[in-house]
Amino acid sequence: MTISMTTLEAETGGAPSIGVAPPARRQGVWHHLLRNRGAVLALSYIALVALMAVAAPLIVKVSGWGPYEFDQSAIDPNLGGLPIGPLGGISAEHWFGVEPGSGRDLFARIVYGARTSMLIALAATALTTLLGVVFGLLAGYHGGKVDQVVSRVMDFLMAFPALIFMIAILSALPASNRAPLLVLVISVFGWPYLARVVRGQTMTLAQREFVEAARASGASGWRIVLLEILPNLRSTIIVMTTLAVPGYIGTEAGLSFLGVGVVPPTPSWGQMIAQSMSWYAVDPMYFLIPGTFLFLLVLSFTVLGDRLKDVVDAGERR
Amino acid sequence: MVRFLATRLAGMVGVLFLVVLFTYAIFFALSPDPAVQICGKNCTPELIDQIRTNLGLDRPFYEQFLGFLSGLFVGSTYGTGANAIDCAAPCLGYSFQTGQPVLEMFEQRFGVSATLAVGAAVLWLLMGVTGGLVAAIKRGTWFDRAATGAALGGVSIPNYVLALVLQYVLVVKLGWLPFPQAVPFGDDPGQWFLNFVMPWLVLAFTYASMYQRLTRANVVDTLDENFVRTARAKGLAPGLVWRRHALRPALTPVVTLFGMDFAGLLGGAIIIETVFGLNGVGKMAADSITKNDQPVIMGVTLVAAFLVIVGNVIVDIVYTTIDPRVRIGARA
Repeated sequence: MTISMTTLEAETGGAPSIGVAPPARRQGVWHHLLRNRGAVLALSYIALVALMAVAAPLIVKVSGWGPYEFDQSAIDPNLGGLPIGPLGGISAEHWFGVEPGSGRDLFARIVYGARTSMLIALAATALTTLLGVVFGLLAGYHGGKVDQVVSRVMDFLMAFPALIFMIAILSALPASNRAPLLVLVISVFGWPYLARVVRGQTMTLAQREFVEAARASGASGWRIVLLEILPNLRSTIIVMTTLAVPGYIGTEAGLSFLGVGVVPPTPSWGQMIAQSMSWYAVDPMYFLIPGTFLFLLVLSFTVLGDRLKDVVDAGERR
Repeated sequence: MVRFLATRLAGMVGVLFLVVLFTYAIFFALSPDPAVQICGKNCTPELIDQIRTNLGLDRPFYEQFLGFLSGLFVGSTYGTGANAIDCAAPCLGYSFQTGQPVLEMFEQRFGVSATLAVGAAVLWLLMGVTGGLVAAIKRGTWFDRAATGAALGGVSIPNYVLALVLQYVLVVKLGWLPFPQAVPFGDDPGQWFLNFVMPWLVLAFTYASMYQRLTRANVVDTLDENFVRTARAKGLAPGLVWRRHALRPALTPVVTLFGMDFAGLLGGAIIIETVFGLNGVGKMAADSITKNDQPVIMGVTLVAAFLVIVGNVIVDIVYTTIDPRVRIGARA
């Protein structure tokens, strides 16, 4: 969390830091992003989902139904528990209809599901970024034995059949409190992709004159890495991280979909879609609603990452 | 070349060994006692002990692990005396659920996964690589915008959501296609195609989108490179610039990705097989995990890792022929 947050704050504040990049360019990134329609739409949707996640209890108070409340009057026991009314029981009472079989309010479950998705994706992103940056810097700056060990571990993790292994570990572990485990498992298999890039760039940067100058003036290794090299990696890290978020959201949803992610009754979008599978032919809204929310969230992060990359690349070329 | 292959193979065996060790250790440490599961309802402590002894579960970790490894190479024997069962190498053990040899389960299901993987791969290479190439050549045209937009949607929609949407529209609403079943090609080629076409499309769409994005980005980047500018400046015909200079470096990353993706799919498309209820290796993996059938999980993990690693080695070898910048043996 700390790393990505502080870098992002530095980005918005534009406060003078020790970085080599002139402050003008950093403001330029936001400026360019906010002038791009796709990026603005993506940011708005992400903000909306984040708001849903943060204010879930309040929103549910307004809509009237909690995520764990059963509404027997909204489902038809004679039809095996199908929602009463068209489109999966959408009404003034239940804004997105209800879950067939149980009659739980879909809107409330979507809102609370946003919590799961955002929380797990952000935590996994933070941990992955931390691991990726630390190991990438370590391997790239030290070289030699350290680099060899880190590189071998990365090769190993990237050659691993990650999905099967994640499923296997998660199914073997006790089902209580899966969220931290999900974050851990996703991060363990995710950090090499960032670390590889950070390592490569660190190796190049370590040869540059300003690093040599710092070394000549007696700066310690830590000082050089943190104050000379890290600031130059900022745009790479931000872009790679943003591009990785949709992957983590998808992985969480996929694992929950396969039944090894978030444990019911805690709602998650992936898990809702998995449960909708036995109803899809008679109640398509049940998978369309969480499916659309999930699709748009992944899409938004992908668009944002793409645009961010374009802007940063263009900035570097200038 | 020989030395390169030798190091790669040694590395491959090492990674495989670690994969097996990790998976085995995690299951040894974490999962509930399989003897209790197998024993079922009419269980007595004596019976549990009996099962433990038969399966070798009473022995320490390293002995069990070595037993598993030696089973892979020389086969192993379960139980003692008259009711001993011989399991020939490569022995992956027996399913706790059905008692079937794991290897036999693989043989029965591999065809479905392979059919899925090959059909989808043909589609996604055609759509993804061509789509990316044409988009890069005709940058900024309507085709570029349409293809790139479709690819953006394709990488963002989870394939199980797409699967459900297609199944709802094409099967339930329109009735154009049957509910997918693994009809063997030999039985009825027409039905075989109709049953597999939807899973192929769903799998291929996700990958095609990734490949379109990758191909387009790489080609666009390569065209900005100095060696392409040089080739153009010296008056080479545009077609030749493309074929001889731009295409090769642009497509190398695509080859890497394809090797890993295709090998991974051969080891089972877990989500797609589960959604469509196709009885391939992926569904077997998912089922064995929900039932905690350890020998099957071990088998699937091992085979999947093996395929991905072999895929990587093949990619490395292919690299040396398509990318002149990668030269094996020649030390700079």
